[in-house]
Amino acid sequence: MHIHSCLSPCAELEMSPRNIVSEAKRKGLQMIGICDHNSAENVPAFEKNAAGEGITVIGGMEVTTREEVHILALFGNHENLFSLQKIVHESLHGTNDEKLYGEQVIVDEEENVLGFSDKLLIGATDITIERLVDLIHERDGLAIASHVDREGFGIIGQLGFIPEDLPLDALELADPTKRDSIPQARCLPFITSSDAHKLEDVGKRSTKFWMETADTAEMRRCFSGMEGRRVRI
Amino acid sequence: MTKTLKEIAGALQLTVSAREDLLPSRTVTGGYVGDLLSDVLAHARKGQVWVTLQTHANIVAVASTKEVCGIIVVNGRTPEAATLQKAEQEQIPILVSPLSSYEVVARLWELGVTNREGV
Repeated sequence: MHIHSCLSPCAELEMSPRNIVSEAKRKGLQMIGICDHNSAENVPAFEKNAAGEGITVIGGMEVTTREEVHILALFGNHENLFSLQKIVHESLHGTNDEKLYGEQVIVDEEENVLGFSDKLLIGATDITIERLVDLIHERDGLAIASHVDREGFGIIGQLGFIPEDLPLDALELADPTKRDSIPQARCLPFITSSDAHKLEDVGKRSTKFWMETADTAEMRRCFSGMEGRRVRI
Repeated sequence: MTKTLKEIAGALQLTVSAREDLLPSRTVTGGYVGDLLSDVLAHARKGQVWVTLQTHANIVAVASTKEVCGIIVVNGRTPEAATLQKAEQEQIPILVSPLSSYEVVARLWELGVTNREGV
């Protein structure tokens, strides 16, 4: 649920949609979430590559809030995904410096370079965490706090604890063995994912979902344990 | 040479966003600066003034837990409405400075707000 492509300045250039889809297939993944920093421009190329490969792509973004907390925003369709992207881009200031932060490559399904994002994708938006979670839910998306067990950009590191009334859908662990050491996890479900920035890391960690169909609506049912659905890390 | 938050607010020309009524009675025993709230929970001490750029409502809970005397928000950031509401309830003064953390801390030190007894 958390793979970076070559659009993220910190990811390797080898992270093209074609390479990632074939690596995911090799590792036996059935569903992959593409979450670049503050942008979703490579999601369509992933969907085209995955079509017919038996892999479902969940389009998303890893949004940096005003508090510098990373939140995964996962959506079931382009309209919702790109309407949030529009707000995120309007709330993100600064211009990328490729020499300092890395290239932000937008590609098509055949690995043709369509362009370079000039936004400072590594930066923080000025959207508060509460507002972001609302914006995601208004668009029927899932809001998952990234790597809650990491100090930098993790919700507990940045904010000391998980705000009691923040309606998150799940928490992501960078290290699944740490699930019992998260204070005030509020009984929220956990996922774990690779947060891959290079090809060999794709599938390094993954989450099992017991679901009818591979989509965000079913993921939501897995998170609430409805009708035999469940999630396990 | 202990100072009250009121004296500090005057000297640094801080804008008071919450609990102005408490400023004269809050004695500042030192200071801490941090934006990672987990770090502030680990290291801030009772009676210190806390300098941060965070404006989320969690700063009030952290300030209350650590019993700091007040919060100075830097870079002219505006605390969220929920933060101010909690600050009213929890009796945590919040002050805002247009300056950066570096400049606020430097001015505090000049005023004699150090973490060294008797300095």
